[in-house]
Amino acid sequence: MKEFLLVFRGDYNSMPNASPEEMQALTQRWMNWVAGFAAQNKVSDRGNSLVSSGKVLKSDGIISDGPYTEIKESIMGYTLIKSVSIEEATVLAQDCPIFSYGGSVEIREIRAM
Amino acid sequence: MELKEITPHLFRMEYSKIVAVLCKTFRLKNIEIAEDIASETFLKASEIWAIKGLPDNPVAWLYTVARNKAKDHLRHIAVFETQIRHAIKPNEIETEPDFEFSSQTISDSQLAMIFAVCNSGNSSESQICLALQILCGFGVEEIANAFLTKTETIKKRLQRARANLRKNNFHIKPLNEIEIKSQLDTVLKTLYLLFNEGYFSNTNNQLIRKELCSESVRLTLILTQNPLTDTAQTNALLALMCFQSSRLEARMNVNGEAILFDEQDKKLWDKLLIEKGNYYLVKACKGNEISKYHLEAGIAYWHSTPTDKNKWQHILQLYNQLILIEYSPITALNRTFAFAKVYGHEKAISEAEKLNLTNSNSYHGLLGYLYGDSDSERAINHYEQAIKLTKSKTEKQTLTKQIEILKLREDKR
Repeated sequence: MKEFLLVFRGDYNSMPNASPEEMQALTQRWMNWVAGFAAQNKVSDRGNSLVSSGKVLKSDGIISDGPYTEIKESIMGYTLIKSVSIEEATVLAQDCPIFSYGGSVEIREIRAM
Repeated sequence: MELKEITPHLFRMEYSKIVAVLCKTFRLKNIEIAEDIASETFLKASEIWAIKGLPDNPVAWLYTVARNKAKDHLRHIAVFETQIRHAIKPNEIETEPDFEFSSQTISDSQLAMIFAVCNSGNSSESQICLALQILCGFGVEEIANAFLTKTETIKKRLQRARANLRKNNFHIKPLNEIEIKSQLDTVLKTLYLLFNEGYFSNTNNQLIRKELCSESVRLTLILTQNPLTDTAQTNALLALMCFQSSRLEARMNVNGEAILFDEQDKKLWDKLLIEKGNYYLVKACKGNEISKYHLEAGIAYWHSTPTDKNKWQHILQLYNQLILIEYSPITALNRTFAFAKVYGHEKAISEAEKLNLTNSNSYHGLLGYLYGDSDSERAINHYEQAIKLTKSKTEKQTLTKQIEILKLREDKR
């Protein structure tokens, strides 16, 4: 079994302007989705979601606010999953709720130590 | 005239207490001596009580006899030892332990004994056998009945488990905070397994199941009576046990066949136990801690609550959290069942098939249920595989009944 990092990216500005009820439904979908992995014993770390603001520090010492000033899609969260191959991991990521508001999932194999 | 009766299970209940208190002095290395003394005490009681009738205070009578027998035993050993000891340390006079049976000593010793047995480093099966014998006073035969196993197997299992227990050379003494903190998890897990052994037992013997469950409740209750072990997790576990136990009567019919949840007579649910479950669940939720016992107790709470529009929604959310804390095939299947209740059978089928637990009878049982409405042929196929895989006679009967219902329905079409 290999381990994969799923990186969820999206544009915070294009986040749906949803009602509390809709937001809850969306949260519920995310929870069901992750628990669905866990039910197949394929979650190794449920991960975290990130707050939208941040700092970027560059080699020339310049500090800027947030990654999203330059890139439209910033990292919103991540999850670590177990899978036999990157192909399977990609299939597993296909019904990620993030696609319902135009984000993306990057699938990266964790290099074994 | 007052009619005197022996309290049901008196000997069994007192057995574990006497052994625990005596082990304080004899140490676990010599647990057999403590057990022999306890057995001899009951032998004497049955001889004398049978003829002279019950003493005024049977429990105190038992303790006095046990105490005297223990002192006799020590004196007996002393005869051998003093002469040798005199040669080495002529002036040392050993103070005789007094084998005090106060309620404080009993509860301290029992708590220490629970910790010793649950942390003896045995496989969980052996641990449960050991707990049943030492903490609950069950005989080998009774344990074998509960496990549906040959007495020889149980004997061997116990022998190995006891060897481990003795090796630890644990000293029965009031536990300190550090010991309790580091070992409580294992203790709770053993009690949880002991309860499940009763609740999900393969045996059709309803009496044995009830006894295993009530013994687990009794032991967990002991933990709530000591401030150091009265933690959020302990209370959550106790709440879980209360909720589950409340349905014991309703789960089986007179023939010992399992009754599915939806078909249970809710009037048979024990309301007092549900109330107790609520009480301990509230107590468990005072802090911020969420353990798997909290989640399972929460699920059991919703099952014990008559009707709520969003009941299954709540249950699914709790299962979602539970499966992330600890994966187990049975949790995965139960979660899918809850998923079906919220999102319908069709969506649940694809969730279920992803689990791919093809060697599990419960997996096929679930798929049989999910396909029941839409595809009888597939449903029957899954039920048949479940029958092949299960070892439980009751389950085979229940599944066969489901197939018959489906076939009957097909014929009518």
